[in-house]
Amino acid sequence: MSLRVKIHHKFSGFTLDAAFETGPGVTAIFGASGAGKTSIANAVAGLFAPARGMVELEGRCLYDAAARVNVPPHKRRIGTVFQDGRLFPHLSVAGNLDFGTRYVPRGRTGPDRDQVIALMDIGGLLQRRPLHLSGGEKQRVALARALLMAPELLIMDEPLAALDGPRKDEILPYLERLAGGANVPILYVSHSVGEIARLADQIVVLRAGRVARSGTVGDVLSDPELVPMMGVREAGSVLHAQVLGHDADGLSRLAVSGGALLIPGVQAEPGKHIRLRVLAQDVLLSLDMPKGLSSRNILPVVVEMLHRGDGPGMAVSLRLGEDRLLARITARAAEEMGLRPGLACHAILKATAVPRGDIGGGRNAG
Amino acid sequence: MMLEPAEWAALVLSLKVSFVAMLVSLPLAIAIAWLLARREFWGKTLLSTLVHLPLVLPPVVTGYLLLLTFGRTGAVGGFLESTFGIVLAFRWTGAALAAAIMGFPLTVRAIRLSIEAVDPRLEAAAATLGAGRLGIFARVTLPLIAPGVLAGAVLGFAKAMGEFGATITFVANIPGQTQTLPSAIYAFLQVPGGEAGAIRLVLLSLVVAVGAVLISEGLARRVARGIGQR
Repeated sequence: MSLRVKIHHKFSGFTLDAAFETGPGVTAIFGASGAGKTSIANAVAGLFAPARGMVELEGRCLYDAAARVNVPPHKRRIGTVFQDGRLFPHLSVAGNLDFGTRYVPRGRTGPDRDQVIALMDIGGLLQRRPLHLSGGEKQRVALARALLMAPELLIMDEPLAALDGPRKDEILPYLERLAGGANVPILYVSHSVGEIARLADQIVVLRAGRVARSGTVGDVLSDPELVPMMGVREAGSVLHAQVLGHDADGLSRLAVSGGALLIPGVQAEPGKHIRLRVLAQDVLLSLDMPKGLSSRNILPVVVEMLHRGDGPGMAVSLRLGEDRLLARITARAAEEMGLRPGLACHAILKATAVPRGDIGGGRNAG
Repeated sequence: MMLEPAEWAALVLSLKVSFVAMLVSLPLAIAIAWLLARREFWGKTLLSTLVHLPLVLPPVVTGYLLLLTFGRTGAVGGFLESTFGIVLAFRWTGAALAAAIMGFPLTVRAIRLSIEAVDPRLEAAAATLGAGRLGIFARVTLPLIAPGVLAGAVLGFAKAMGEFGATITFVANIPGQTQTLPSAIYAFLQVPGGEAGAIRLVLLSLVVAVGAVLISEGLARRVARGIGQR
C-alpha cells in the first residue's frame, strides 16, 4: 500500500515543490498554515491540478502532468474529510451516508453500514438535518460518509481545526479507533503536533512549500532541529509503552523501551500497547542517578544530538532503548553539564508529562 | 362579477401562454444560468448580452424582430412552416414565444444568482464521493438552487402575464386567438364606453397576480424546508 506524490506548482507568493511517499497506516502532513498542506491534499484528491508532477496510488497513476493524465476526482476513490465537514444541507444524515454508498463500484464491498454508524456513534442522528448537528457530530457524520464509499485512501484535511478544545477531545477517540482499526491508508493533514503524536505513524513536515523532513513519527518528533517548527511548548517525543498493571493508588505501571514508568490516569487494559507523548519541556536531565527525588520516572538515556535554538534554550535528543526522548533545557545547563553526543545520563520525566487527554489507546506499537 | 365569453377567453389564453412560456423556457434557462455561473468560455459575454437584450430593448423592437425572424416569410419562420408545418406568427404559440423571450432574462438572472450562491466546495465534496458532473448537478446543485429556480419561474410567469408590447407586435390582438389580458384591456380602452370592461379585466389581473404571489410564497416555504434551510 503506497501513495507517491510529486508536485511542483507556482502560486502567487510561494512555490509548492514537494515529493514524498507513504506506506500503510496514518501519514501526517504537518506544517504551518500556508505551507501548502491543503494544496497537496487537494492534488491527491483530484481537486487541484499542479503544473508539474504526479500522483500514484497503489501503482495506479492518478495524475501525471507530463503524460496529461488526470483521473477526475469521482473516479479516484479517495475519501476526503474536510475541515468544514461539507455535509449536504438538503439531505438528512442518513441521506448523506447514502451519498457515500451510492457510487461504490459494483464488485467492491464497502464496510458494513451499521458497523460504521456504530463506530462513529451516529445512530441517533440519522433523521436529522446537518443544520441541527453540533460541529463534532458533523465531523463524525463526514467521517462515516467517507468511510462508506469504500475508499482506497482516506484524506483528512484538518478535520479538527474548526472545533473548539472540548469538541476536539470528543472526536479524537473516534479518529484513534479509525487509525487503529481501518485497513485504509490515511493522509492526515494537520498543524497540531498533539494530534499527529496521537494518530500518525509517519509524518511529512512541510516548510514554505517544501518537504523539510519525513519519517516515522517517533524519529521526526524527537528531532531537536525541528523544535522551532513544532513550537517550543508543543515539541515532544512519542514513546511506545505497554501497560503492565494498575496500582491501587491510581498509578499505572508501563513498560517502555529501556525502562519503566509510573503514570496516572491510564485507561487501557494491562497488556495493551499505548502511545505516550512526552513534552520536551517536561524532561529533565541528570548526569548521576538522582536520589531523594519526588519523581518516580527516571530512565537511563544516551545523548544523541544537541540543537541550539535562537534563545537561551537547547533541544537534546536522547536514545531510550528503541525509542527517542526529546528534552528542552537551557544552553547554559548543557554547557555546565558537558553534554555531548554519546554521553550516558538520566532523564527525569515529570509524572504530569503525560496528561490524561494525551494518552492514546489502540495502535499496536509493534 | 360576470365576464363576457371573450374576456374569459383572454384570461384562459393568458394563463395558457404564460404557463407554456415558463415551462418550455425553464430547462434552457437553467442550462444557460449554469453556464454563465460556473463555466468560462469564449463568447460568454456575448451570450450574457444576448440573454439580457429583451430586458433593455423596447418590447416593440423585440416583437418586430420576432416577426422578421419567425414570421412566415422570416428565415426561421419559413423553415419551421415548410419543414414542420409550425406557424408562430399571429398564433397563441407565437404569443408564448414572445412571452418566453421577454421573461427569459429575469428567469436566467434569478437562477444564476442562486447557482452562484451554492458553495462549490459542496460540489467538490460530491465529486470526491464518486459523483460525476451530472450526478453532482442532479443530486447537489439542483436541489440547492430549487428556491432560485422557483423564484425565476415565478418572475418569468409574471412577466409573461404582463407582456404586451412584443406580443401585440408579433401576434397582433385577435380575440380568442392571440388576445391576452393586457391586449384585451388595451382593446377595451380603444373603443368608447369600454371602461367598464377594462375595469373588470384590471380587477381580474389583480386577483390572478395576488393568487400567483401567494402560491409561490407557499411553494418557496415548502422548498426551503425541503432543503434544510429552515
